[in-house]
Amino acid sequence: MPPDERVAATADSPAVEQAGSRHLVVLRLIRGLIAQGGPLLGLILLGAVLTLLSDRFLTVANLSNVAQQIAVIAIVALGSTFVIISGGIDLSVGSVLALTAAVFAIAFQNLGLPLPVAVVLGLASGTVLGTANGLLITAGRLPPFIATLAMLSTARGLTLVITEGRPLSSFPDEFRLLTSARLFGEVPVSVILMLALFLVGSLVIRHTVFGRATYAIGGNEEVARLSGVRVARTKVAIYALGGTLAAVGGLVLTSRLNSAQPIAAQGLELDVIAAVVIGGASLSGGQGSLVGTLLGALIIGVLRNGLNLLNVSSFWQQVAVGVVIALAVMTDTLRRRRR
Amino acid sequence: MSGVSKSFPGVRALDAVDLELERGEVHVVVGENGAGKSTLMKILAGAYRADAGEMLLDGRPYLPTDPEDGLRHGISLIYQEDQLLPGMSVMENVLLGRWPSRRGVVDWGDARRQTSRLLSKLGIDLPPHASVADLGSAQKQMVEIARALSIDARVIVMDEPTASLSDREIERLFEIIGELKRTGVGFLYVSHRLDELHRVGDHVTVLRDGKAVFAGPLSSVATERLIGLIVGRPLDAYFPSRSARVGEIALRVQGVRRAGVLTDITFDVRAGEVLGVAGLVGSGRTEMARAVFGADPPDGGLVEVGGRSIRLGSPRSSVDAGLVLVPEERKTQGLVLPLPVVDNIALPNLEIFGRGGWFDWRRARRDARHRIESLQIRTPHLGTPVESLSGGNQQKIVIAKWLARDPRVVIFDEPTKGIDVGGKVEVYRVINALAETGVAIVLISSELPEVLALSDRVLVMRGGRIAGALDAVTATQEQVFALAVGRHVDAA
Repeated sequence: MPPDERVAATADSPAVEQAGSRHLVVLRLIRGLIAQGGPLLGLILLGAVLTLLSDRFLTVANLSNVAQQIAVIAIVALGSTFVIISGGIDLSVGSVLALTAAVFAIAFQNLGLPLPVAVVLGLASGTVLGTANGLLITAGRLPPFIATLAMLSTARGLTLVITEGRPLSSFPDEFRLLTSARLFGEVPVSVILMLALFLVGSLVIRHTVFGRATYAIGGNEEVARLSGVRVARTKVAIYALGGTLAAVGGLVLTSRLNSAQPIAAQGLELDVIAAVVIGGASLSGGQGSLVGTLLGALIIGVLRNGLNLLNVSSFWQQVAVGVVIALAVMTDTLRRRRR
Repeated sequence: MSGVSKSFPGVRALDAVDLELERGEVHVVVGENGAGKSTLMKILAGAYRADAGEMLLDGRPYLPTDPEDGLRHGISLIYQEDQLLPGMSVMENVLLGRWPSRRGVVDWGDARRQTSRLLSKLGIDLPPHASVADLGSAQKQMVEIARALSIDARVIVMDEPTASLSDREIERLFEIIGELKRTGVGFLYVSHRLDELHRVGDHVTVLRDGKAVFAGPLSSVATERLIGLIVGRPLDAYFPSRSARVGEIALRVQGVRRAGVLTDITFDVRAGEVLGVAGLVGSGRTEMARAVFGADPPDGGLVEVGGRSIRLGSPRSSVDAGLVLVPEERKTQGLVLPLPVVDNIALPNLEIFGRGGWFDWRRARRDARHRIESLQIRTPHLGTPVESLSGGNQQKIVIAKWLARDPRVVIFDEPTKGIDVGGKVEVYRVINALAETGVAIVLISSELPEVLALSDRVLVMRGGRIAGALDAVTATQEQVFALAVGRHVDAA
């Protein structure tokens, strides 16, 4: 078994023993990227082809645009990576995103609360909805698919109820800065936020009790339970995290559109799951990495962007994304079987 | 049908066994757990393939490729757990996969007629359209027999058919077997209930360690002699000795029960003591271990560790109190197979190796390296996924993961199952070493010599109860086995 494949199998574990040496986070991230093999190679290939086909692809402005576009998917997918590694699934992220964005918008515009308070309320509503998912799954013993399917419908319905089906628009400039301001010349704040969240997420999944428990539960829930891991509590926390990150995605989307739409992010869960599995996570749990998810989101974003530049219709874009999902997971599965 | 000879040199599950089954005969196969009975049955039915040997069916070579092929040859296996689809009707189950149909449309009228005919032939009073989910275990068994007949089975293999039946249902089963015998159907009948064998069986084969140690007419051997033949294995010399000092009571279990599974489980174990638990498969040993540990919540009772009672049904509170379980199914309950060695050893210790929620990898690696050394676990390195290690080394990792917690009581459930002899000796050493440091041990094992040699006392379980306790030093295998099957014999 070549060493890089072994690392790929458990990218967020200390697959190669590094006798007690401290690593720079950056170094580890680079190693993680190399370990990603498949998705990274796919992304580079895709980028190379698009550079050849369109001279508008490899420009700072375009790439910054792609990053801006994937920020929402990637941030939500960060939470879903935890969920999927734990052996679960969250179908409700799109609806939760819309509902939390609506909560934020109503708190700010209709109730006249200060912006920071409205932001906190939006985030907290995501935590509450995620916790509800977690409780349905653990205390209510519903399969994650069913629990979050119920939440998908419930949260979307509540969004329409509290907004009366109308979008809430026009937010102050300081809120718009989240997506309009650029640092280091061309990098939008939302992209910095995305990268920062992935950095923190990587540390959490690798270096906290919570992160290790997530892998153990997905690898074998019964073993984790018999080993004294607090399985139910951890699962609730995982879904709460997923809901909270969906709310972060909701704020970013609202800032970018300058509007909280009651029908925002419909079908987002499919893009999110696609990003996570293209990134090498297994839907049966226990496997996956955050670096992979980020790459998966980038592949989807770059693909859409490239097809736009090439004037391919959005109908065909859907076909392309479907083909990429199938190809990515197939190559990954075949590669693993060869071990 | 004549001349069945099998051998399985690799795992020695079956070592050149000969067996003959005449038409219209009931041939009984007996032996301890792991003696090779299941392997023999599965080879006959086509679920396993033999490495060597040959089978003849009606004088012609018979080599089933899979259970379906076995069925086509008229050999039907009725497992201990029913193989019925609960959501479907009796007739759908009886004719499973062979529903009468015309151009893909099932002919239910014909299906009902066929099923009724089979059921009445067996003298079974069951409506063909009844749902299997509503049937009792005896009725389910009748449905399975009817299914076997529907394919014109010439040989019916039954694994512990009476295990879940009442006395009256057993009578009915024996009557049906008797009737089918007259029509020329041969039975291979596997059972632990020695007292019923003489009523149903004609011939007997005794298996021990994969070998047929006796074959002959059942009328020629009394039950006592049969017990002797089944266990009659000398104490192997490879058990290491132990010099532990027995101390205070470490684990006290009182009146633990689970409806339909466990009744009034009461015992205690002292620090440094090894308490063996023997009993047949299905006697409730694993269920007892899981209930005491809290993996399956008991309905009531008391479990005390070191004089303090723990919350029932919570593995977490057991682990916190120092009561840990090395489960029987290490691959599904003990290890997260795709994860590396270090992750598995760290799993119960995430909080111990953590500071304020952050996980200390250096400490985890240091601990894992220490355990690997002290338990002599052979692994390429800490990052190796445990699925690629040998059975013995996997088992030692399951033990290793608990050691950082300094457990007071360790329950071992079949710790040497599926491990080669060398690995077994190493597991024995680890158990002894733990006892010598004052850990109380509960050792569940199907291997009587193992239980007797390693334990100070032996509990024998039968039907979810503790049938008796014996002093391991003076007890014989015959005494243990007699208690396990519910028959009293004098010490030989």
